[in-house]
Amino acid sequence: MDQFLQSIFGDSILTQLLLGVLPLVFVLVYALVTLYSEMKIAAHIQDRLAYMRTGWHGVLQPFADMLKLLQKEDIIPTAADKLLFILAPYVVFIGTYAAFAVLPFSSAYAGSSLDLGLFYIIAVSAVVVVGILMAGWASNNKWSLFGAIRSASQIISYEIPAALAVLAVVMITGTMNMNEITKFQAGGIQNWLIFGGPLPLGHKLFLLPVMIVLALIYYVCSMAEVNRTPFDIPEAESELVQGYNTEYTGMKFAIFYLAEYANLFVVSAIAVVLFFGGWSSPFGSFMSGPIWDLFWFTFKGMLLVFVNVWLRWTLPRLRVDQLMYVSWKVLVPFALVCVVLVGAIMVL
Amino acid sequence: MNSVQLFDIIFYVLAATVLASASIVVFSRNIVYAAFSLLFTLFGVAGLYVLLNADFLAITQLMVYVGGILVLILFGVMLTNKVVSVDIKTGTLQVVPAAILVVLTAGILCSIILATHWLGAGTTDFLVVKTTAPKIGEALITTHMLLFEVASVVLLVAIIGAAMIARREKTQ
Repeated sequence: MDQFLQSIFGDSILTQLLLGVLPLVFVLVYALVTLYSEMKIAAHIQDRLAYMRTGWHGVLQPFADMLKLLQKEDIIPTAADKLLFILAPYVVFIGTYAAFAVLPFSSAYAGSSLDLGLFYIIAVSAVVVVGILMAGWASNNKWSLFGAIRSASQIISYEIPAALAVLAVVMITGTMNMNEITKFQAGGIQNWLIFGGPLPLGHKLFLLPVMIVLALIYYVCSMAEVNRTPFDIPEAESELVQGYNTEYTGMKFAIFYLAEYANLFVVSAIAVVLFFGGWSSPFGSFMSGPIWDLFWFTFKGMLLVFVNVWLRWTLPRLRVDQLMYVSWKVLVPFALVCVVLVGAIMVL
Repeated sequence: MNSVQLFDIIFYVLAATVLASASIVVFSRNIVYAAFSLLFTLFGVAGLYVLLNADFLAITQLMVYVGGILVLILFGVMLTNKVVSVDIKTGTLQVVPAAILVVLTAGILCSIILATHWLGAGTTDFLVVKTTAPKIGEALITTHMLLFEVASVVLLVAIIGAAMIARREKTQ
């Protein structure tokens, strides 16, 4: 992809900018698709039909929603802190979009094949926390502030077991480069890290249960990090109206939503890279190649997004104390034991 | 545009960001603004680290300072009652000891900077130097093993202390 763009635009800064903007195009299209499918899936889970009037089965509804949000009046509450209120959605989106820089979409395209890719992704997600706190405080609204504080404490608590799960995978692959981790798992579904990776059979048998537990831990944590049910305490509608973005309208609100959906894909994509072979085809060399790689990466990512949506409309919400209990007393000890087990198996 | 020019442009943009936001941190009378502009200071410093080929240090900067310390400061600021109405004094106190401390710290930093052999110093090509993480990792568990272990014990003590303080007293 780099060479292709360079052959068109030459070795200029424009090439780099275009390479950087490509994931943004993906995010916009993906957000529309997910917005539509989430509403449809939710409706079918609850035995409803959802949108039926705008186009065939309501496929034009996300476009209508987008146009509506673009035209809406942009209200800034008089009591709000104007500067921070305006800044917050952009900080949240920048934090989310920064993660796309290292996602390996295909063997031919990754924004940056950073050697510390995984570490980088975990680090930049911290910026989102600051943005959320900024939004909550600047709104000058008790619901917003409570939502922001809950959200920040939740994201911070669940980062620890998530990071431990990531650490265990890094111990197996020996690299934090997301492209290298993907290549490590090449050669078909049996080489995916959730099934123990491409190791000798003895190692694989011992690793298999540990990896499944780790994948589960990472997935639960990722759900908490994107603030979605059963971890949607920060925006619990019945208690807090909408959480940290209660006061936001129009495009600023849309940016928060875009960031939330983009973040949903980021965490799913990390799970895909860590446990489900990244862009590599499940059939070995069959159906592989740059275009197929892009398809597999997006397909696996969307599948995990679907599971997330599915759970959102199936499970009830946790209480705040249960939330902390799950993170500190269940996930962290299990993750620690898994890290030790992985280390022991790899040494043997 | 060659890479040296680009290097200079990026450096000056980052340096300006760091200086501007750091002066807000110091001079702002609104404590919340001071806390939030720390975000840009820390980000700018991380950018400077990247520019100097210190990739691991840059990401650790983000992880520890933005993800940990800044969020902690923000929590502290937000949970303090009536934050905005508190009148923060920004006067200068103890000028002489402060000046001595500043000069001493600057002197120590300069001498360390001059005495250190820098990895990849002087190159402006971002792709020449590979990641520094393996070297840092090796150094931590070989030459600096003792310091590493001492730091981990200190952190453990801090965690236990925090848990002790936060623990709810049993009601009779």
